[in-house]
Amino acid sequence: MVHFYARENVLCKLIFNKMFVLAEMKDVIRVTPEHFHQSLTESITTLLNRKLANKVVLNVGLCIALFDITHIGHSYIFPGDGSSHTEVKFRYIVFRPIVEEILVGKIRSCSREGVHVTLGFFDDVLIPVNALQHPSRFDETDQAWVWEYPKEDGEKHDLFMDSGESIRFRVTSEAFEESLPTGPPGTECAVQTVAPYKLVGGINEPGLGLLSWWEAPEQEDDDDNEMEQDNDE
Amino acid sequence: METTKANAAFLCNFEVMQILQQLKDNTQKKHKREGSLATVTYETVHFLQNSDCKNQSAQAIQKFLEAMKQFKLTKIEKLMMVNTPPRTELEIQLIVQESEERLSEEEVKKIIDLANEFLPPSDSI
Repeated sequence: MVHFYARENVLCKLIFNKMFVLAEMKDVIRVTPEHFHQSLTESITTLLNRKLANKVVLNVGLCIALFDITHIGHSYIFPGDGSSHTEVKFRYIVFRPIVEEILVGKIRSCSREGVHVTLGFFDDVLIPVNALQHPSRFDETDQAWVWEYPKEDGEKHDLFMDSGESIRFRVTSEAFEESLPTGPPGTECAVQTVAPYKLVGGINEPGLGLLSWWEAPEQEDDDDNEMEQDNDE
Repeated sequence: METTKANAAFLCNFEVMQILQQLKDNTQKKHKREGSLATVTYETVHFLQNSDCKNQSAQAIQKFLEAMKQFKLTKIEKLMMVNTPPRTELEIQLIVQESEERLSEEEVKKIIDLANEFLPPSDSI
């Protein structure tokens, strides 16, 4: 039984989870009377995008934009409220990369914790110290991680990971955090801002890391040979 | 609000880019821009335009997937190849699990050739 469950889990992982997915959702949309002159679809689209765009839904992912509306139910007007309430089913474009997927991002910054990576629209990617290429060290003066690539002659070749560089990484895990509602605007409540959706990446495999490290390896070999020849001369 | 299905379908980067660009054009015409939607579409399109999918077309992707049918790859592996077309053997090793057992050297070369043919690299990278 346990075995079956485990296999089912793996199957789910294989079928679902891609960088961008469509999520089917259901909601009741309240359209206020001043928007009655618009078509219902138009109002629903605006309201859903206002509600969800650029927000993280727990265990679903980062919502990007409305894809389509699949069903619009009857609209109801409740006593004491002139607005119409409509049940809608819709599909939303959601950013939710698969665990194990390879993504390309840019280095935002380096810290003792590891390397922070941004995808432009999504900033909460961390490559922790233990998932960097081995051996790596943190350069205090440059505030950057350095991969000490061992050369054949026993010396090390320092490969710096500067911010702004493109980096290829594998998503190793994801974490959703239930965030607290913020206080009313204008008040300074000490509400902790936790990232609601975090990705953990890894670059400790050949081929991962800065794109420039792995570009055209054959040519680099040639360069090395030439260098050696130069040395001989 | 209720989520009925968190993973109903998947989209490749190219599809997302197309949808978002259409959306951007439409909203600009109507002079109505919603704050967070405008931010996220701008940032996502910016990210996607710097990736390989800038030069892709629906037809090319279809042809590429058609050609990929001869190899025994999973759906995800093919999707990753469309999103980040492999240029080197190393990249195929990363995308395809246990690639050494599942693909012969010739097959790997063929995939790279096909990727270069249908999904050419953009000049900016």
